[in-house]
Amino acid sequence: MRDIAIISFAQTHHARAIEQENEVEMLQPVVVDAIAKAGITKDRIDFVCSGSADYLAGMAFSFVLTLDAVGPWPPISESHVDMDAAWAVYEAWVKMQMGKADIALIYGYGKSSPGNIRRALTRQLDPYTLQPLWADPVSLAAIQARSALDTGTVTTEAMAEVAARSWRSAQDNPYAQLKGDLAAADVLATEPFVDPLRRHDCAPITDGAAAVVLAAGDVARELCERPAWIRGIDHRIEPHMLGVRDLTTSASTAIAAAKAGVGDGPIDVAELHAPFSHQELILAAALGLGDDTAINPSGGALCANPVMTAGLVRMGEVAQRVIDGTADRGVAHATSGACLQQNLVCVLEGE
Amino acid sequence: MSDIVLPDRLRDVAEPVRRIRTPARLDYVFMAGKATSRFLNAVAEKRLVGQRCPVCRKVYVPPRGVCPTDGVPTEEEIELPHVGTVTSFCVVNVQFYGQVMELPYVSALILLDGTDIPLMHLIQEVPADQVHMGMRVEAVWVPDEELGPTLESIKYFRPNGEPDADYETYKDNV
Amino acid sequence: MAEPELLVAPNVIEYPFSRTTGPMIGAFMTALREGFIVGCTAADGRVIVPPVEYDPDTAEALTEVVEVGDAGVVASWSWVREPLDGHPLDRPFAFALITLDGADVPMLHAVDTGGDVAAMATGMRVRARWADEREGSILDIACFEPEGAR
Ligand SMILES: [Zn+2]
Repeated sequence: MRDIAIISFAQTHHARAIEQENEVEMLQPVVVDAIAKAGITKDRIDFVCSGSADYLAGMAFSFVLTLDAVGPWPPISESHVDMDAAWAVYEAWVKMQMGKADIALIYGYGKSSPGNIRRALTRQLDPYTLQPLWADPVSLAAIQARSALDTGTVTTEAMAEVAARSWRSAQDNPYAQLKGDLAAADVLATEPFVDPLRRHDCAPITDGAAAVVLAAGDVARELCERPAWIRGIDHRIEPHMLGVRDLTTSASTAIAAAKAGVGDGPIDVAELHAPFSHQELILAAALGLGDDTAINPSGGALCANPVMTAGLVRMGEVAQRVIDGTADRGVAHATSGACLQQNLVCVLEGE
Repeated sequence: MSDIVLPDRLRDVAEPVRRIRTPARLDYVFMAGKATSRFLNAVAEKRLVGQRCPVCRKVYVPPRGVCPTDGVPTEEEIELPHVGTVTSFCVVNVQFYGQVMELPYVSALILLDGTDIPLMHLIQEVPADQVHMGMRVEAVWVPDEELGPTLESIKYFRPNGEPDADYETYKDNV
Repeated sequence: MAEPELLVAPNVIEYPFSRTTGPMIGAFMTALREGFIVGCTAADGRVIVPPVEYDPDTAEALTEVVEVGDAGVVASWSWVREPLDGHPLDRPFAFALITLDGADVPMLHAVDTGGDVAAMATGMRVRARWADEREGSILDIACFEPEGAR
């Protein structure tokens, strides 16, 4: 196995609607920032991989338009996933393991403001029996939350504490969309939104973009004083049919965590891509995280959730803490699909 | 596909369902962003404005805000003439859904003078079989009171009578 | 450069899809049109509704279509206070996972309690309210309602 590390990370100031800029205008400064922080020029990039979804803006093959942000002429080696860009990191990591690239640029962007994201995301479901019901992700997550509450896997109070802690943590994150000095009691005092979920239990609707640069071996050491080495990375998927899954646990996360070696050492920091508060509790249990791990110090997806990007942001947030020396070993998680259907786990370490 | 074993009540049903309709409609608000807004706002004033890359000096129209070669913002605005050269074209002879033009008509790539990327528009006031590469054309605008922030403010391009452009002047855009 | 006046325009995308069902989903849709519900027997003997072509555990092709009841038990639910465009009901309702009588795996549909969240509970029994006109669609079940509601 080659040593591969994240050596730089950049993101937008996430917002409910970035109206001044179209997708490429929103993305381009982030790509430039990530490349600059890596201390390279773009001609040193061997491979570019991105994550985004056409349904957000209602434009087929919209990712082709945003390629302008990386300047794809003369022609570049490029790929795209119709998923969170955390999976683009995985693809780049595989390509680098094969020895086909030493430096890779990965970016994700999601601009949900042009459409109705709850309606658009129903299009990822079974077209015969679920799409005609327009079963939206909030309603489905609320069903999952109810299952977890009914079985005692989570409590309303614990969910409210996750939401309040996320908002408090986000006060230190200049890029977060939502933040505030919130207590669990403040959350519990609000009306339900889609019962049993309250607004604070649900990720906001976000426009945003993020980018990281990966580098292998000595190239990473040359470019970065303290690279965030990817020590393990794995992703697992469950069936799409909700009824056949146990929604109160995350079996796919547990397997990915074991494969990535989460339990092989102490975890200083965990950034979990949980768009709903109960999902953070389910994920923390599946990852086996204890009280000595700081969970979502950035505020997590509950404070900014750019679709197809928030998972990559989790990797960047952990990597940044390793790079700047405030963490030695961390875990980043990304999710995709309804009710944590698919999960990616990545262990990042300093040297 | 293996044979499906049906319960009694489904065995003798006339015309089993083999196909279902799943229509869907999604509503978006298209946000043009800065560069496209600048371009279309100028069109509403009967002006064509491109943007120049600070690195490679190429002029893009319509601008997207970023140079696709260099990945840098294209902030310098360039006022463009309303004449250009046909670099390629096609003759549309087939009706298709949503089409508004009378057949046959010509869609062409037109390299406006001083730009480095051709713009797609219609060619009219000339028989379709006489349109050719290198033909010099000029924009025909809608009446001033109908101008708006849309490329439909240009009705079409038509030959402007100049001799054909030298191939060397547009060879990089074919 | 000065900030431009930003342009926005409506952009409507319509997908007029029609899909072939294959025999398994076709059997489910045919049954709905005829006013009853079927599932299929999985490799481990569980009855799955709606039926699936391949076993979710083993991926083997499933072939046995079985009739289940049109009433069952709510396994879990959420309460939609403000229905979205396209939702099965236009007043507050529940999305629920419902384990139909004779089935082992719950299916998703809507439950109408007349807008009363207090009438919803995990474990409650609900029954399908059939649409007046049926064409072979999941919407042939208009929604479910508390058993004995009428
Ligand atoms: Zn350039």
